[in-house]
Amino acid sequence: MVEALLVIDNLHKRFGNVEVIKGVSLTVGKGEVACIIGPSGSGKSTLIRCVNALVPFEQGSVTVLGIEVNDPKLDKLKLRKHVGMVFQQYNLFPHRTALQNVMMAPIQVLKRNKAEVEAEAYALLKKVRLEGKEHSYPGELSGGQQQRVAIARSLAMKPDLMLFDEVTAALDPETVGEVLITIRQLAEEGMTCVLVTHEMGFAREVANEVYFTDRGVIVEHAPPASFFTNPTDPRTKAFLSQVL
Amino acid sequence: MNLIAAWFSHLNETTGINFTVFYDPFDRARFVQGFLVTLELCGVTIVGSVMVGILGAWGQGAASIWLRRLVQFYIQIFRNTPPLVQVYFFYFGLSALLPEVKNSFGMSQPLIGGFVWASISLICFAGAFNVEIFRSGIEAIPHSTLEAAEALGFTRLQTYRQVVLPLGLRICMPALTNNLVNLIKTTPLAYAIAVPELLYVCNQIWSDNENVPEMMLLLFIIYIALVGVLVFIMHRWERALRVPGLGL
Repeated sequence: MVEALLVIDNLHKRFGNVEVIKGVSLTVGKGEVACIIGPSGSGKSTLIRCVNALVPFEQGSVTVLGIEVNDPKLDKLKLRKHVGMVFQQYNLFPHRTALQNVMMAPIQVLKRNKAEVEAEAYALLKKVRLEGKEHSYPGELSGGQQQRVAIARSLAMKPDLMLFDEVTAALDPETVGEVLITIRQLAEEGMTCVLVTHEMGFAREVANEVYFTDRGVIVEHAPPASFFTNPTDPRTKAFLSQVL
Repeated sequence: MNLIAAWFSHLNETTGINFTVFYDPFDRARFVQGFLVTLELCGVTIVGSVMVGILGAWGQGAASIWLRRLVQFYIQIFRNTPPLVQVYFFYFGLSALLPEVKNSFGMSQPLIGGFVWASISLICFAGAFNVEIFRSGIEAIPHSTLEAAEALGFTRLQTYRQVVLPLGLRICMPALTNNLVNLIKTTPLAYAIAVPELLYVCNQIWSDNENVPEMMLLLFIIYIALVGVLVFIMHRWERALRVPGLGL
């Protein structure tokens, strides 16, 4: 077993009277890719939002590189330097060019030197295959291109863990591929990733472990080979038979 | 210049249409002085009220409930009372509570003069509307965009400066222009507390020369021009801020 980077232990989260996560535990090792799948409303997105403290939770523990997230004195900035997040709706800053979007956080948050950050930003945009689009505004880019800018924007903070929240769900089938290529490349380079996804084929290819959640609990988890061919839980079977 | 003066002088002698400010040096001097005071009043109150708007909108989103209530209280007071009453409140009400000072002639005078009180009260008046205008712009920004900034480690202040203000400003630009146009048109209220701005000096001039219609005409033209310049500048600014592909 490799060194654990993210440990979630018995996490509970409720919105008002509705408990959306009812005791989830999982461990992601350094360099591993975990895919979380499951029907809508099963608490997948909420789960990864708990990881970088975008939503507070009542009970349980989440540690990233040993930093306890469920701590009233949590230094959120310190946590977020380690954790990058990519959203379903890209959420780029629409008034800034692709390059500026990538440069903003390192300059503002990390107070780094502008020239250095700029050079890195060009390299990152090249890496996500957006050479020549550096000076385009988000509104001038396609969904897939925007999502790749968003990935580059997160990578600019040099995170140790990347969270992907249904990042291809808003894309048309043709552009899904170009975003998945980028994520796969990251995974191959050894980036630790947690993906909430509906892309079963992709989960099968890149994941080290696949988690199936339903109604706030992890019903079943296994390496993709056995998960997709030999699901044991009836709920997993029912879900997979519908989506595959 | 002399030609113009001669022409208006001739106009007066032949038709009785009396634009003294164009041929009489004394009237021209006070008219220009009044115009400058109006310009200054407009400039000070536009800048001041926009700053109040930005700070107030920031305060409305603050964590402290008392700060939020304070901003709300301020808005209710200044949005729901007539601006003339506000000018009087500051000049006669508040000013009376402040100590008087001796001026260079050895006479006692209020600590804060009419111009400053007029500026303060107009800034408060227009500022209350600006807070609401900026709030409308801020609330139109998708929550998810702010969440992205949060996830990147931006502090609230950084998010405000880098994301909220630039986006919110673009959204609320038309409403802001409207309110600033209104502000320019509200500045003659300073006349009520004897600030020697444009309307005040025009009143002096027409009292001396009995040329009310002529001075009124000039007043209209000057305010139309002032508002026209403001609208022109705001539209240029709006265009300069326009982002390709963003429907704002």
